[in-house]
Amino acid sequence: MAIVVVDVALKHEILDPQGRAVMGALVRLGLTGVADVRQGKQFVLNIDGDVDEAKLAQIHEIASTLLSNSVIEDFTVQVRP
Amino acid sequence: MTPRVGVITFPGSLDDKDAARAIQLAGGISVALWHAEADLHGVEAVVLPGGFSYGDYLRCGAIAKFSPVMEKLVDAANGGLPILGICNGFQVLTESHLLPGALTRNDHLHFICRDQKLRIENNNSVWTSDFEIGQEILIPLKNGEGGYVADEKTLDELEGEGRVIARYLEINPNGSRRDIAGITNAHGNVVGIMPHPEHAVEKLTGPSIDGLGFFTSLLKSLVNEGKVTA
Repeated sequence: MAIVVVDVALKHEILDPQGRAVMGALVRLGLTGVADVRQGKQFVLNIDGDVDEAKLAQIHEIASTLLSNSVIEDFTVQVRP
Repeated sequence: MTPRVGVITFPGSLDDKDAARAIQLAGGISVALWHAEADLHGVEAVVLPGGFSYGDYLRCGAIAKFSPVMEKLVDAANGGLPILGICNGFQVLTESHLLPGALTRNDHLHFICRDQKLRIENNNSVWTSDFEIGQEILIPLKNGEGGYVADEKTLDELEGEGRVIARYLEINPNGSRRDIAGITNAHGNVVGIMPHPEHAVEKLTGPSIDGLGFFTSLLKSLVNEGKVTA
């Protein structure tokens, strides 16, 4: 059993109104020193068996075609032991 | 032969019936197409309707692009089949890379529903040929994720090639870059628009009948190309 985590975030040049709304709440709650908030998505894939290179390549492919939209988002893939 | 225009229904599509009605009012025959069926039933054009395909889960249009019917549609689009994506349909077209850019959360975060004034900027596309350039139209707009974004290079290309088909007038309702409400592909057969022409086809229910122009444009284009007879 392995866990693969795909994080997806809006590219920095894309406006993130959700992050901006959260930022407003942080300020109201008195948290100081926060310059910016960006809201992203995390996909946690529980994989049966080992994650070999072929499986990882497949996950990268799906992360770039389904889980993220390359026009507006970047993604990272991490394998957790 | 009267033109047959397909309307694809995905789980969560809302405006497929209105789109079918608009096609019929314009003089066409509407043909219901189903997301799970990889068959376009020989239609001469396709409308991707508004709504919330697959619940808008993940991203609007993201899951719809992998449906069986979309594989056929992408091939057909590249072969020149006229396709109009309205609202969620526009999102499906950008997710499928048939149109550049993306639709993102409205900059003010609110869902918006209003009658929206637009200016037609291009009447060379299959779906806008019945309008005059500069014509102002009023059709309903209703979206939560309608902010059109693309990188500056893409936006410059769209402007330079005259591929912005309509722009928001008086107010930019969702933060769309350069007030863009709709665009076309380079060939002019694939058009995406965020506001809803299919809701402005009858005086009883719409703010105008300006939306009918998109559907009459299509039917005239099909006749002119000799695909069907008048």
